[in-house]
Amino acid sequence: MDAALLVQLILLLPLAGAVFNGILPLFLPALRTREPLIGAVATAVVAIPFVLVLILFLGYEPGQPVIVDFFPWIVAGDLEVHFAYRIDELSLVMGLIVTGVGALIHLYAVGYMHGDSGFWRFFAYLNLFIFAMLNLVLGDNMVVLFLGWEGVGVCSYLLIGFWYTNLKNSAAANKAFIVNRIGDFAFLVAMFLLFRELGGLDFTTITEGGGAIPEATLNWIVLLLFIGATGKSAQIPLFVWLPDAMAGPTPVSALIHAATMVTSGLYLLARLSPVVLAAPDIMVVIAVVAALTAIMAASIAIAQNDIKKVLAYSTVSQLGYMFMAAGVGAFFVAIFHVMTHAFFKACLFLGSGSVIHAMHHVEHEVEHKTGKHIDPQDMRTMGGLKKYMPATSRTYFIAMLAIAGIPPLAGFFSKDEILFKAFEYGYDGHAYAWFVWIVGLLTAVLTAFYMARSYYLTFEGEERWPLADQVHPHESPWTMTVPLWVLAGLSVVGGFLGLPGVIAHGEWNLIHHWLGEPYGGPVAEPVLAPHGEGFLAIEWGLILLGAGIAFAGWLFARAKYRTDGLAYDAHLRAKLGGLYRAWEGKYYWDELYDRLVVRPLMRFSERGLAAFDRYVVDGAVNGVAALTAGISRGLRYMQTGIVQNYALAIVFGALLVISLILFA
Amino acid sequence: MDLTNIYASLPADLVATFSMVLVALVALALVVWDAFRNNAPGIPWAGVVALGVAIVWELFALGDAPGTAWYGMVRTGGFAAFVNIVVLIGALLSIILSVPYLREIRHAHGEVYAIILFATVGMMLLGTANNLVAVFVGLETMSISLYILTGLVREDEGATESALKYFLLGAFSTGFFLYGIALLYGATGTMDLARMSEGLAAGENLVMFWAGVGLLLVGFLFKVSAAPFHMWTPDVYQGAPTTLTAYMSTATKAATFASLILVLYAALPPERWTMVLAVIAVLTMVVGNVLAIAQQNVKRMLAYSSIAHAGYVLVGLAAGTPAGYAGALFYLLVYSIMNIGAFGVMALLEWDGKEGQTQTLNSLAGIGPRKPLLGATMVVFMFALVGFPPLGGFWGKVAVFAPAVEAGLTWLVIVGVLASAVSAYYYLRVLYVFWMRSPEDEPEAAAVQDRVFAVPVTSAAVLIVCVVLLLYFGVRPGGILETTASFFAGPGASMALLP
Repeated sequence: MDAALLVQLILLLPLAGAVFNGILPLFLPALRTREPLIGAVATAVVAIPFVLVLILFLGYEPGQPVIVDFFPWIVAGDLEVHFAYRIDELSLVMGLIVTGVGALIHLYAVGYMHGDSGFWRFFAYLNLFIFAMLNLVLGDNMVVLFLGWEGVGVCSYLLIGFWYTNLKNSAAANKAFIVNRIGDFAFLVAMFLLFRELGGLDFTTITEGGGAIPEATLNWIVLLLFIGATGKSAQIPLFVWLPDAMAGPTPVSALIHAATMVTSGLYLLARLSPVVLAAPDIMVVIAVVAALTAIMAASIAIAQNDIKKVLAYSTVSQLGYMFMAAGVGAFFVAIFHVMTHAFFKACLFLGSGSVIHAMHHVEHEVEHKTGKHIDPQDMRTMGGLKKYMPATSRTYFIAMLAIAGIPPLAGFFSKDEILFKAFEYGYDGHAYAWFVWIVGLLTAVLTAFYMARSYYLTFEGEERWPLADQVHPHESPWTMTVPLWVLAGLSVVGGFLGLPGVIAHGEWNLIHHWLGEPYGGPVAEPVLAPHGEGFLAIEWGLILLGAGIAFAGWLFARAKYRTDGLAYDAHLRAKLGGLYRAWEGKYYWDELYDRLVVRPLMRFSERGLAAFDRYVVDGAVNGVAALTAGISRGLRYMQTGIVQNYALAIVFGALLVISLILFA
Repeated sequence: MDLTNIYASLPADLVATFSMVLVALVALALVVWDAFRNNAPGIPWAGVVALGVAIVWELFALGDAPGTAWYGMVRTGGFAAFVNIVVLIGALLSIILSVPYLREIRHAHGEVYAIILFATVGMMLLGTANNLVAVFVGLETMSISLYILTGLVREDEGATESALKYFLLGAFSTGFFLYGIALLYGATGTMDLARMSEGLAAGENLVMFWAGVGLLLVGFLFKVSAAPFHMWTPDVYQGAPTTLTAYMSTATKAATFASLILVLYAALPPERWTMVLAVIAVLTMVVGNVLAIAQQNVKRMLAYSSIAHAGYVLVGLAAGTPAGYAGALFYLLVYSIMNIGAFGVMALLEWDGKEGQTQTLNSLAGIGPRKPLLGATMVVFMFALVGFPPLGGFWGKVAVFAPAVEAGLTWLVIVGVLASAVSAYYYLRVLYVFWMRSPEDEPEAAAVQDRVFAVPVTSAAVLIVCVVLLLYFGVRPGGILETTASFFAGPGASMALLP
């Protein structure tokens, strides 16, 4: 089959699925409750594209990107943008992740969403998301990418607020959308600047011509792109939406807020890596922001009791890790970590979903028997679930070890490669990379610790929910456990795609050979001075250090939480005092934004500018109608000053215009 | 002057301005018809037919070279045809929406449609004027008709008050405008826009000239409701009958901006006025978007939103380049369609019996599932107003912002894009209340539960046409952008527009 047809099918199948699941049931209410049909269609329209991407992948000639140009979207003057898609090493990797992990999560969601009145709507949104995400990763120019970029934002909005009858969820959805829009503004401005400088927006033009842009402008462009990425990929200062986004159903958290959408910022930087590399000053900014994000989120995760909140902050932290890689020029490693993270974090999220699913059952029973209410996501009322949920606990354990960086699981290789690249870049003479490296090491310890904490609090120790002797949770159905096992398996083997340089001099680092520019791939990397004698020993030392800290974090948490459970949390709180409270309070970012941005803006809108515009809130006509009984009285009102005020504003405005035009 | 051949060019002029003449004659005919057969049901449809014919006529004129008619008073050619099409489409869609709406509020007077057509003639004259006198005549014809339409619902204090406010402030701004014309004439010795810069080159009256341009700008900025000349807008838009607000908020802006573009084109060099327009654009975008956040009434929110959109168009003008002007024209077309759609939906959702003046957004909780057509089309209009790809609004924003960046006004574009990021909040809130709230959550919505909103086929058709157009502008914007760009291209770019 030719590439154009394949790409068409890859893109249009999810869209067709969204139409089938979203539009048809609107008019055929009988279809809404046909869960097997809807679930099967929704899963198939993602699974088939996975196979098709695989076909493209297998038939791909390395170094020969295929550009499929469907039709010109806009051709006006200098501006020429096509509906064109790009098949190359990078987009194939991302496409495989999106459709592969996506299909598994669709399958899982069939079980998870069983019985929900919005079952059909849910899968319509999910299919639509896959469509948008594929536009994002396959698009050949900034505009198609932006189409996907905005599309995934909308789907994320719809899915976070999916259970919209709960006001809190809608607020979370709105927050996510608005914060993302702030990132999007930067993306748009960067796009305009690129167009001004290069006269084209397709990736070939940008990556080839990007380096020639004057330095000051280039720095702005890269900085703006990074700001755009901080919105979508939840970095300081725009990460605040992601923890709240956990209000959505758990499969959504796994798919959108862990495995795919939140990594699109990384994809963007990797796609434009030659341009980013040409702005070394901004790379410092990226690396430092990323390092701070990573350690900040990791420390917050230690003090969270909601199992999904732990995973959410963990995601923010891991995204920080990926940006650290980008900040030291190791874009291919960032993509490597995107991939392994997609495996183990999706597994963890789906595992937490399975737990929540089971705890919902417990909640109902408990409420039925005692009238008491428990939070099914709170780890404080869990514990000992291993006995009841063997598949969930085992897969969660494997994924936990993977994210902690225990060799030879996937997370070990990708995380270690990031730390190594930071070290190497520092060794090459870029001082800031040392800072990144040290923060990365600290974060790695914290990660192993809080992830192990979440495992032991949930699955081991005593059963802490009320009536634990009478009410028992159950393992989830096969549609949910099969994806868990597949993802756990990938979390075990995924790392072998990127074996470190100490093995066969890096010849077996498949992902590097696939993506890296020196081997004909699209992802650029900095040229470093050759290492001296004895560097191999350093490399081995670093690997041992990385493995050692992972074991240390895990085993420490195991010792503290396996038997003591919550007691150690109390101990930490007493010992750390203010620091622990800052973690619990998430460093008060939300409060800060509320004080600095939200409330002033609202006040400005409601009162500040009201001096300009009277009756903004009530509406002038409404307020006036209450005061006046007739036209003549209305005329009298005219003389009470409002119209004069308006006229006065016009006079001032006229003065402004004339003085600007005469003297500016 | 030799008066013997004064009528020699009459046939050619009539053909060149056929659409304007047609609409004017039909408007007069409608007045007479209404006098003999009061409120005859055929009156609006006669207007619709006239507008339709005029649109088709102008479509054929889109590729024409620029020229003038009526002794250099009126421009013809592609630019004029494009502006006329936007104005005529606005009038056409608004009339179709108005027929059932005005019947509903018991103000289905035949002369309303005649007045709409008169306003349309005024706008066409304004948008195509080549001479300051014609600009003024067009502006006033339009404005006076609009004052009347605003106060259509005589027995309502709110409507009357807003009409009076509009009239007083409009008259006030006209004063500035006239003074500006006088100064320009004094400085250059001509009223003809094309000859103005020559006249200026001959004289030394620079200060007088630029002061005149400034005063003229004030008059224009008032009409397009740019800050700080915008204050009348929310009151008037909220007070006027909703479908007529749709007309006012779109066609007026298109015609006025078109005229402004021409004046700016004549008033060179652009360095003089770029800063003014940039400052006004910033003010307008910030005021419009920030104040829209706090609104509880959708019509008032849309009024602030239309202020914000005037700001985006001003960004394109501030660029002072042909690409900026072309982008602004495209934006006006897209904006007209999405705004008419949004007001059209609101017109069909009025339950307060006061043309939506007192209605709050919350009272419409859960209306989406109950009225899927209105709910679904509103989704498209709101997303288009936000500027979401692949809808027309996205390319509109690109078309005005990209030239500004190219002209070195990156800071202005940053403000613009940030301001439009804020706008997502209030547009999405509409959708949120429509689709994601249920009437049980909102005490105010209880009153609406029993109200039946009949959606006439004609109104539904208009909404669907608007949706289709917005999708079309989003997916295939190239042709239209090429067309608007072609008006400003050609040898001696500044002369291409001015014959």
